[in-house]
Amino acid sequence: MTADPLSNRKPETGAFFQRDRTWHPAAFTPGYKTSVLRSPQKALLSLDNTLSEITGPVFGHDILGELDNDLIHNFAKPGESAIGPRIVVYGRVLDERGKGVPGALLEFWQANAGGRYRHKKEGYVAALDPNFGGCGRTITDEDGGYAFRTIQPGPYPWPNGPNDWRPAHIHFSVFGHGFAQRLITQMYFEGDPMIWQCPIVKTIPDRVAVEGLIAALDMQATIPMDARAYKFDIVLRGRRSSLFENRLEGN
Amino acid sequence: MAQSLDRLRESASQTAGPYVHIGLTPNFCGIGGVYENDLGAGMVNDKTKGERISVRMRVLDGTGTPLKDALVEIWQADTDGLYNSPSEMRGAADPNFVGWGRKATDMDTGECMFETVKPGWVPFKDGRLMAPHITVWIVARGINIGLHTRMYFPEEEKANAEDPVLARIEHRVRVPTLIAERQGDGSYIFDIHLQGEKETVFFDI
Ligand SMILES: [Fe+2]
Repeated sequence: MTADPLSNRKPETGAFFQRDRTWHPAAFTPGYKTSVLRSPQKALLSLDNTLSEITGPVFGHDILGELDNDLIHNFAKPGESAIGPRIVVYGRVLDERGKGVPGALLEFWQANAGGRYRHKKEGYVAALDPNFGGCGRTITDEDGGYAFRTIQPGPYPWPNGPNDWRPAHIHFSVFGHGFAQRLITQMYFEGDPMIWQCPIVKTIPDRVAVEGLIAALDMQATIPMDARAYKFDIVLRGRRSSLFENRLEGN
Repeated sequence: MAQSLDRLRESASQTAGPYVHIGLTPNFCGIGGVYENDLGAGMVNDKTKGERISVRMRVLDGTGTPLKDALVEIWQADTDGLYNSPSEMRGAADPNFVGWGRKATDMDTGECMFETVKPGWVPFKDGRLMAPHITVWIVARGINIGLHTRMYFPEEEKANAEDPVLARIEHRVRVPTLIAERQGDGSYIFDIHLQGEKETVFFDI
């Protein structure tokens, strides 16, 4: 057993709740064309978690640099900063039981304020911002809380239909405590009419599930004269209590 | 009406998209100076215990074309079959082996390579041993929710035949989709087919 640097609570060893596959996007979603040839067509093999899925890597705060959670400055030249509406994104990582998930590694990436990514496969005419890289990361605290600073990304067009646009969004990658909790998702912004026109958003069949990905503007959490704030909670799979599970000899 | 269970719903998955590298392997895609290294790029050091292995992986679409924009993560036990995780209650894993790796597939060839150690045996829930295996998780543009699968080793014929997870595969003709091939130079190659006749077995786990 590895010591959890964040907590002296007992590690949990139960299996994770079954994933609700009707809540998540299906693999095959023809409205999002790239999924057509990249979607498994056979049924998934279902089985209860084994140790290989119940366990997962842990990341210590020592991997983090001082500016990892500040996209306004982590790629900028000294004394300069990224262009765009300055925001704080904050929230908690919880599991389906409502418990905060401490020590969760969150990695995020996004386009700049003009909707342009810093990537060689990116062909959008919008200008690069020399002071914006577009990546950041942080690790949740004891209650599952996190926060980072960035600029609000712009919407951008993408090759799918002849005129499809992505709503402004931030990509999130999340590690919980078990590899079965691994999740990648996207955060959208409250009030953006583009959300409901997006073929990637529409891969999610349930409107309530989409609403769960829309961050709320929180004027009480703003930094006056500096940045507005958006609250974005992320929910990972819950896990069963191992209290009532049979303990096998030698296990 | 009964009492509420007060459960939350898991956040819905969304594709990692074509620019996943910016967030997860920024140095690989030319964004230098933000993180010292890409996380998960190196799995072993000189003190890591166990047999060194190289595993090359490709992810192929329904036409057999390798994905040049996929991201693959692996998770595995150390040489003694222990996971470097707080949920591992059987003992302390090799402190020089995290057991987790992450690679983007090459933008020209579609291949990625992990330098790791061969994992030991890990027990199934009922105490039977599972054959040595590596857990694999794949995301990419066009993949709406990360795909879980496993890679097993071709030289472990007997262990694979007794593996309780492989035993769950009804169509036996599909079992080989989870077994890597060994190359002349000793490295392994594991092709993951997203669809088609050779579609890899993916798990809902
Ligand atoms: Fe995006």
